[in-house]
Amino acid sequence: MLTTIKTRFVAVGLATVLGAASAQAADITGAGATFIYPILSKWSDSYNNATGNKINYQSIGSGGGIAQIKAGTVVFGSSDKPLSPDELKDAGLAQFPSVIGGVVPVVNVEGIDAGKLKFTGPLLADIYQGKITKWNDPAIAQINSGVTLPDQNITIVHRSDGSGTTFNFVNYLSKVSPEWKSKVGEGTSVSWPVGVGGKGNEGVAAYVKQIKGSVGYVELAYALQNKMTYASLQNSAGQFVQPSLASFQAAAASADWKNAQDFHLVITNAPGENSWPITATNFILVYKQPKNSAGTKAALDFFKWAYDNGGKQAEELDYVPLPKALTEQIEAYWQAQIQL
Amino acid sequence: MTTSSDTGSRAVADRLYRKRRLINGFNLLASGACAVFGLFWLVWILWTTLRHGIAAIKPSLFTQMTPPPGAEGGLANALFGSLLMNLMAILIGTVIGIAAGTYLSEFARKKPLGEVIRFVNDILLSAPSIVLGLFIYTLVVRQMGHFSALAGALALSLIVLPVVVRTTDEMLQLVPSQMREAALSLGVPQWKVTVQVLYRSALPGIVTGVLLALARISGETAPLLFTALNNQYWSTDVTQPMASVPVVMFQYAMSPYESWQSLAWAGAFVVTVFVLLLSVLSRTILIRNKVSHD
Amino acid sequence: MAASPTTAIPASVVDAGRRAGSDARADGAFRWFVAAAAFIVLCALAGTAFSMLWGGREAFATFGPGFLTSTDWDPVNHKFGALVPIYGTLVTAAIAMLIAVPVSFGIALFLTEVAPNWLRGPVSAAIELLAGIPSIIYGMWGLFVFVPIMGEYVVPWLNDHLGPLPLIGSLFSGPPLGIGMLTAGIVLAIMVIPFISSVMREVFLTVPTRLKESAYALGSTTWEVVWDIVLPYTRSGVIGGIFLGLGRALGETMAVTFVLGNTHRLAASLLEPGNSIAATIANEFAEADSDLYRSSLIAIGFVLFIVTFIVLAAAKLMLRRLSRQEGAK
Repeated sequence: MLTTIKTRFVAVGLATVLGAASAQAADITGAGATFIYPILSKWSDSYNNATGNKINYQSIGSGGGIAQIKAGTVVFGSSDKPLSPDELKDAGLAQFPSVIGGVVPVVNVEGIDAGKLKFTGPLLADIYQGKITKWNDPAIAQINSGVTLPDQNITIVHRSDGSGTTFNFVNYLSKVSPEWKSKVGEGTSVSWPVGVGGKGNEGVAAYVKQIKGSVGYVELAYALQNKMTYASLQNSAGQFVQPSLASFQAAAASADWKNAQDFHLVITNAPGENSWPITATNFILVYKQPKNSAGTKAALDFFKWAYDNGGKQAEELDYVPLPKALTEQIEAYWQAQIQL
Repeated sequence: MTTSSDTGSRAVADRLYRKRRLINGFNLLASGACAVFGLFWLVWILWTTLRHGIAAIKPSLFTQMTPPPGAEGGLANALFGSLLMNLMAILIGTVIGIAAGTYLSEFARKKPLGEVIRFVNDILLSAPSIVLGLFIYTLVVRQMGHFSALAGALALSLIVLPVVVRTTDEMLQLVPSQMREAALSLGVPQWKVTVQVLYRSALPGIVTGVLLALARISGETAPLLFTALNNQYWSTDVTQPMASVPVVMFQYAMSPYESWQSLAWAGAFVVTVFVLLLSVLSRTILIRNKVSHD
Repeated sequence: MAASPTTAIPASVVDAGRRAGSDARADGAFRWFVAAAAFIVLCALAGTAFSMLWGGREAFATFGPGFLTSTDWDPVNHKFGALVPIYGTLVTAAIAMLIAVPVSFGIALFLTEVAPNWLRGPVSAAIELLAGIPSIIYGMWGLFVFVPIMGEYVVPWLNDHLGPLPLIGSLFSGPPLGIGMLTAGIVLAIMVIPFISSVMREVFLTVPTRLKESAYALGSTTWEVVWDIVLPYTRSGVIGGIFLGLGRALGETMAVTFVLGNTHRLAASLLEPGNSIAATIANEFAEADSDLYRSSLIAIGFVLFIVTFIVLAAAKLMLRRLSRQEGAK
């Protein structure tokens, strides 16, 4: 026991001297977005069972993921917000999608069941700007004929922490509402005009459940696992769609990945009859010319394995695996961009 | 004449006496109410953790690794990591903390430098733990090039340090000066006076300080997130990322999956019980020591 | 012995001399060791403070002194100000201390003077246990258990009974959300009670028995002994315990973020959501996506040091004045 520790010290010392971290080849550390933590933990476990290799992914937030890969303290980083090709170039990074999810509006209004209430994008933007304050406002009633709406104040719940969930939600609102875009804008956290902030998806879900007449937004898994009242949304083709793995998949497939340099694409408001409008992609960041090339290779092997074998596990946890066409594009991108 | 004034003053004294008794009784009753108040929250919170975590409290909690969502598992790697990092942090923090507290109390009691250090120490007490984590991140993680349990332990020791300094300083100052003078006049060197006389009589207080510090770091997430990170797997290598109960708890508690959430609550329950055992244990040892010395 | 009184120096004296020399050396080394430890404490703070000042330099340079007085917090347009978090930090810590100090004193009194001996050990261990509950558990318990109760019963009651009062009324009117500065203050109070009460108990126990006994012999009640003998004797230790608790209340993150509501708006009412410095850092640091944003977060961390510095300085000044008054008596 003592000797192994000693040898490890020596090994680490040697590795530092040699300026390479080949000693870590067996243990690959990645960090970043909280959104993919459960699925990466699942994939890593199965991958370890299948191959004996250990991938250790930890959730420290997308901002943290970007900062850590830039600082070189992890082998791969992860972010819910794609970096622009320029930013990637400056840092010498490559970027590719890992898995798809989505954001769902949830409400707590007496007498309304899951999936019954309809929202349009501009309506949601008006509510989150505090312009519509009552549930029986004509703007809501108009598209919800047949639903009895109470004369109740709307309490708005948003995320208090910076998050990819918020980024995709406000990115969508910016795309459908010019006023939102100019007055509030988009980011992992924004200056909310009204409402209260909950910490994490869990916090937002709890507030929406507790506060009568509230509206919030959470990832699909939270809405389903907590049996919350989600609402349907009108997509860019004018159809009202329910949030589901199928409608997420439709959005992922119809998004224009072919023309996105470095996969720099936010797939909210995607085209297609069945597409869910607030679908979100998570991105992985690795160095194009990694110092720790063995580690980066191991990480890419892991993602290749996950694309091929992890689809079912992803769906079990309410994630959407990438479409086949996209994973082929990603593997070609690895070949072209990353020097191992 | 005299008798009437006598009865008058006795009546005043009686009234005063009754008033004093009343105040005394009321305040002592209130003190009991305060203790009940404190215990009330403890029981309530513990009950909540137990109720949510009961599903995960079984032997596998201590033998299995942190699982992916939906699978069976435990917190073995996290418990080991927390134990190791807390131990290292307490070791570093206590040695330096007691020494610094000794300096403040014995060598710099009324000196400006002592006042400055005392002041600085009080500010360090309120530094948000995430900020201490960031400091160690810049100092250790960035220099080493990767996250490590060592960095985590250092960040935790920065939380232990001011608590131990504060309590050591206070407790040593409360040792009556006659004890010092008596020992010194016998020709005992100062370091021996400090170690054998002062530490012994201040020991219960110092131990309380160390226990409070330990209790506090047992639940700290923020300083570990950017130093020790976390590890899904078993690791005993202090130069590599290591799992810890608070970070695992934080990540699992914020997840939508029930199996993870109950593990998080179970983790909380185990941490609390661990702190309880430690506090009871150290108290028993202290009492036994005292009995045998007296 | 008497045979050679002048020429030969007795062995025991040589021994003593040698011992005195080595003792002096050991004393010197001991002194250096403890001084070095104190120096490390000094360095730890200086290092932390400097690294934050350095990290926050961009924010300070961009916003100048207006950083401290601005209520802006707009990550999209890169406008940041520290006033709302400073206000929230001070208010929540003040609420926490208002509750925790008297309660902790009561607990310490109960544990040292009132409770029967068999009860003291278990109760004090249990109270200390409150410090051992991970702060995220306080947060989750607050969110799932305590907030609904506040929102359902406590806040409406406060609205009805304290809301209409003049002056303090505005502090207690607001929507019955259950989250907000009052809730955060109460949760903080529960968290700091073990720190303050444990130290108070320990210092109360150090009061020499003969001091207390002479007071009892003069006919003092228990309360009078505690208030007039024990408390003055242990004052500096009691203050130390309070600072310990205050420090934790000012810097606590996880528990507060769950129940505070985290909105960057200045609200007069204690029932409205607010924000605190530590909560803001914990909430937003991981996702801060621009350098100025990150720098602003580190800068408010530095501001917390300054706020703590001022709070402590004010407290010490007050104490000094108090003891001078007592000296004049």
